[in-house]
Amino acid sequence: MLAYLFKRLLEIIPTLFGITLISFFIIHLAPGKPTDIFTELNPKITPEARERLEKLYHLDKPVIVQYGLWLKKIARFDFGESFSSDHRPVIEKIWDSRKPLIERRLFVTFMINLLSMVVILLVALPLGIFSATHQNSLWDKIATTTVFIGFAMPTFWLALLLMILFGVELHWLPISQLKSMGYASLPFWGKVWDLTKHLLLPIFVSAFTGLAADSRFMRSSMLEVVRQDFVTVARAKGLPERLVIYRHAFRNALLPIITLAGLSVGGLVGGSVIFENIFGIPGMGQLFYMSVMTRDYPTVMGILTIGAFLTLFGNLLADLGYMFADPRIRAK
Amino acid sequence: MGKQTLRNLFWKRFKRNGLAVAGGVIVLALFFVAVFAPLLSPYNPDAIDRHNVLMPPGLQHPLGTDDLGRDVMSRMIWGARISLAVGFVAIGIATAIGMLLGALAGYYGGWTDRVIMRFIDIMLSIPTFFLILAVIAFVGSSIWNIMIVIGLTAWMGVARLVRAEFLSLKEREFVLAARAIGASDVRIIFSHVMINSMAPVLVSAVLGVAGAVLVESALSFLGIGVQPPTPSWGNILSLGKDYIELAWWLSVFPGLAILVTVLGYNLLGEGIRDSIDPRLWETERR
Repeated sequence: MLAYLFKRLLEIIPTLFGITLISFFIIHLAPGKPTDIFTELNPKITPEARERLEKLYHLDKPVIVQYGLWLKKIARFDFGESFSSDHRPVIEKIWDSRKPLIERRLFVTFMINLLSMVVILLVALPLGIFSATHQNSLWDKIATTTVFIGFAMPTFWLALLLMILFGVELHWLPISQLKSMGYASLPFWGKVWDLTKHLLLPIFVSAFTGLAADSRFMRSSMLEVVRQDFVTVARAKGLPERLVIYRHAFRNALLPIITLAGLSVGGLVGGSVIFENIFGIPGMGQLFYMSVMTRDYPTVMGILTIGAFLTLFGNLLADLGYMFADPRIRAK
Repeated sequence: MGKQTLRNLFWKRFKRNGLAVAGGVIVLALFFVAVFAPLLSPYNPDAIDRHNVLMPPGLQHPLGTDDLGRDVMSRMIWGARISLAVGFVAIGIATAIGMLLGALAGYYGGWTDRVIMRFIDIMLSIPTFFLILAVIAFVGSSIWNIMIVIGLTAWMGVARLVRAEFLSLKEREFVLAARAIGASDVRIIFSHVMINSMAPVLVSAVLGVAGAVLVESALSFLGIGVQPPTPSWGNILSLGKDYIELAWWLSVFPGLAILVTVLGYNLLGEGIRDSIDPRLWETERR
């Protein structure tokens, strides 16, 4: 098992290498240069100054050389300096260790994604089991319909509708930012409550699609499992239905869900651009959007790399969870 | 009727599935609206009317007007063209790439297979929406760029599917027979094996169109997709966000159009899958 884990960890390296190689080339070979934006902002800039800038950022060298330089820095966890006017190191923009956790962008994005993952699993699993054990009941049909709509729902639209309902009409929840104006002066529980209010909608929105997918998957996985012989045996020896479902069937039905949950990390991370933009949440997705708009190559590459790493890490965790849940695999 | 050809069986099952038919009707309606947009739209979608800015839905403008007084209903009708075009062209590109790479990997195996599969793994681990966003922002958001970039990042599923089909089909007798009479690899791949793996590809393409429509609308919503004045559902929604406290109709209607469209493609795709797969014919009651 340890050997397998080690092999999987080693496999991440070439994949991550491939991802950064592809991303780097795509980004750097796109027409136009970051220095175009300096020129736009400041028409007085001379061609010489521009050249100097390009030299400073190594933009005058061939892409492959630039990639080599980038890679050399990455090996030391140095993502380079941002091209934006503040010229801060990329890593500091994503994870500013001088600020409290809640103001570090990577933490914000990670926290929201993690919480929505928890919400997805807490809601989707019972829902799927219920649908499967009450197959073709009214509730099952309602759940199935909801799931179909959930699949088709543009999450940013859902976000807008919820903002109109709870924010503009009812005034129950704030519709943007992570904190209220007077956050700093609040007592501890006041802070927690304030954050919760701001996070409710974003987490619900980012969990919505996954909720639909996972509950659907849980339902069909459960239906598959309850048809198998060992479930019949469990029933035949007189176990109460609750034990049959939750101890015997559930554990087996959970296996494919673990894989699915691992694979959905990439989608969640990608989706953070959208909901952070809508709700004005200062996370990694928002930073990515801003960096893309200003052609801030180092920041774009840094976030892409971290995003890819999180995705791969999610897949790895799923594999581990799978091994943990299935004694057949552990034995191998 | 009467003849038990596969096509008849397919239609018989498809027609019995109410949801699948509903999906088909939605997709056909979308085609109709897109093709006849000039006839259907009550106003010129770009006509600015400074006296009727942000009008709520009413008799004159059934779905209201936007910040420049343009008729929202007309803009949505024209937006159907964008949605349709992006969905089909992007997935056309993705399907072509996926089929080609999947066929190569499945048919030749060995090193070709390993390289292609590794490439697929890498592509699947890139947070695709990040990459699409970056590329579109850098190369410019023309509608062609959007279609191509979405297409280039959506082929992995098809490739895996086609590869699996090829693995199971390439040792069958009809392929061996074709090889025995001296058919070339190209001929075997395209006119023998590929034809037989089309059914799942079709299903995944229809479902893929739904995904592409969502991605395009998300890009336009973020202001990186289809640029105004060209109307698209996503960029009307983006206005909806700017005027969220003033004009709910700018948010509600275009989103509904996206939802119904995506739902239509999903229902149609799942309907085709259920009717096309003989293995599912037995498990009718599930």
